[in-house]
Amino acid sequence: MKKRTFLKGAAAAVALPLAMTGPAFAQEKTKVGFIYVGPINDGGWTQHHHESALKMVEEIGEDKVELVYQESVPEGPDAERAMTQMALGGAKIIFTTSFGYMDPTINVAAKFPDVKFEHATGYKTADNVSAYSARFYEGRAVMGTIAGHMTKSNVLGYIASVPIPEVVRGINSAYIHAKKVNPDVEMKIIWLYTWMDPAKEADAARTLIEQGADVIFQHTDSTAPLAAAQDAGNVIGFGQAGDMSEYAPSPRVSSIIDNWAPYYVSRVEAAMDGTWESHNVWEGIGDGMVGIGEISDAVPAEVKAEAEAMRDAIAAGEYHPFTGPLKKQDGSDWLAEGEVADDGTLAGMNFYVEGLTGEIPQ
Amino acid sequence: MLKLEKRRQPSQVWAYLAPVVAVVATMVVGGLLFAFLGKDPLLAIRTIFWDPLFGEFAFYYRPQMLVKGAPLVLIAIGLSLGFRAGIWNIGAEGQYIMGAIAGAGVALAFYPLEAWWLFPLMVICGAIGGLLWAMIPAALRVIFGTNEILVSLMLVYVAEQFLASVSLGLLKNPEGYGFPGSRNLQQYPSAHNAELITGSGMHWGVVAALIAVIMAYILLNRHLLGFQIRLTGEAPRAARFAGVKPKQLVLLCMGLAGALAGMAGLFEVAGPSGRISIDFNAGYGFTAIIVAFLGRLHPVGILLAGLLMALTYIGGEIAQSSMGLSSSAIQVFQGMLLFFLLMVDVLTNYRLKLAKADAA
Repeated sequence: MKKRTFLKGAAAAVALPLAMTGPAFAQEKTKVGFIYVGPINDGGWTQHHHESALKMVEEIGEDKVELVYQESVPEGPDAERAMTQMALGGAKIIFTTSFGYMDPTINVAAKFPDVKFEHATGYKTADNVSAYSARFYEGRAVMGTIAGHMTKSNVLGYIASVPIPEVVRGINSAYIHAKKVNPDVEMKIIWLYTWMDPAKEADAARTLIEQGADVIFQHTDSTAPLAAAQDAGNVIGFGQAGDMSEYAPSPRVSSIIDNWAPYYVSRVEAAMDGTWESHNVWEGIGDGMVGIGEISDAVPAEVKAEAEAMRDAIAAGEYHPFTGPLKKQDGSDWLAEGEVADDGTLAGMNFYVEGLTGEIPQ
Repeated sequence: MLKLEKRRQPSQVWAYLAPVVAVVATMVVGGLLFAFLGKDPLLAIRTIFWDPLFGEFAFYYRPQMLVKGAPLVLIAIGLSLGFRAGIWNIGAEGQYIMGAIAGAGVALAFYPLEAWWLFPLMVICGAIGGLLWAMIPAALRVIFGTNEILVSLMLVYVAEQFLASVSLGLLKNPEGYGFPGSRNLQQYPSAHNAELITGSGMHWGVVAALIAVIMAYILLNRHLLGFQIRLTGEAPRAARFAGVKPKQLVLLCMGLAGALAGMAGLFEVAGPSGRISIDFNAGYGFTAIIVAFLGRLHPVGILLAGLLMALTYIGGEIAQSSMGLSSSAIQVFQGMLLFFLLMVDVLTNYRLKLAKADAA
């Protein structure tokens, strides 16, 4: 039996489309691949990536790019196969849109040096792998400000997904800013260990409401917590990843919107004209990657004005959500007066700030 | 009018024909489903069943079938022994998780020691991890007469919580910047369940699955224990007269299934997956139940059914990205396979008869 190594096969596969690039194929479309962790209609994270991808196609032109995608891909060996399949199928650039795809992305990228990979919310990069993420914590600061003003019970509920730094940053940012405008607030946190599970999210929201919370934050992707808030009445929440405007003006009083489209357009264009280079970017409100959804009329005008002022200050770079004096949960000093957190600390944030109760699961 | 009449003996012909008919029926109805979704049904069926085997990139997909099929076959073989004897272990998913944790835990405890004995030790510990987890429902049934279906199923959720806990704590990668999940065993040579021949998809889990098929075949056809298992399933009273000790049989069947599921988990975590993480398990333990029945609880049947199931997974993925079929449509398609099998199975035990219309 002839032994055939994977790399030889892969090389042949990569060489094949090149060999076909005769005059007749010169106008061939660039294939762009997307790997999604949830279904494309989840109403949150995945839907927003998909909508941004569609926008990207529209902007660059359907005659120039072709979108291929696979939804609900489990994080693990299945993801590796899904990516390989796209690379074999001729995709030139592949976006892998969940933290758990990090190692698979690095593995597959090593086998396809000519294909560009873009991994969302991770920290590993390679010559043909970029990492990109959004500073969602900037949006949480605005939500926290609204929450601190709006709560009557002074109990805030937070539905947390997976204990990674991104989620911990969001909790800290929301808490710091709620506390700033309302020193009496306390925050109750429930960890779900999943990004998307409507049944669990609804249960968590109901539990928090029973414990007295009248503002619900969510770092999970479905609209179930907002539905639970609506059922309970007198409870508000925020759209997550998508605007979730179907729950406006209340319970959804505002939202954190992931806006990936401009990034996708620029990266795909770079891959097409050969200027693509590996990088690790982290963009916020100022760059347009994080959007703040319309603050509804359920919020008093002066609160709305204050929240919008904070949004604009963050966008302009005049205010950083993690500005001292801040202490860690155990009472030790973290940031001195006026000191601003550096990105390294934020990227690996694994501690609560002072005042939060409970522990980060580990 | 059509009428169902019970056969005296289950039909041998239908017992073998049922899976084939079920596959064909799935293709036809699945094709209709795809047509309603506005996709070319013939192209979809071809993409799912033909492309992974003989398409342009078959050199990649064929090995992937082994990777995807091996854990299914390994787990299903273990389950089939119990199923034959009327012992319903539904919790293989949990045993798979616990095996992976036990085996990977051993490797991580010895990190970064390089030694030839490490991988064999991991395999043994993986098997023990799954075995012990399966012993809980088994012992509860033997001692208190609890229902093993419920207990083994509920323990899956306990195992998932335990998996989340070790991913965040005990086994977390100390160099992972606070992110959950263990070190990657693929980068730990002594612990890595690597491909035996590069690009072949053959790792130790595939070898173990093939051995399990052969051993199960010998056990069922040539060994007293196999006879006892079959007898207990077909005629429980007769089995007791023949000297079968039901309690021992429960412990044995559950234990074997647990050990094989645990090994499957270990081979996966040390090989294709590489690391313990919160969502390490991908449903192999549940899919293996379908594989066991699709394979008629027969070792060779299970081998073929496991490969077929792997084929629909891989083909389904190709259809998703190349034809834009939604993942739910693919899942419905896979579900149809079991549905039609159960439906056609009726014909094994019953025959269709034209009933004479009574005078109205």
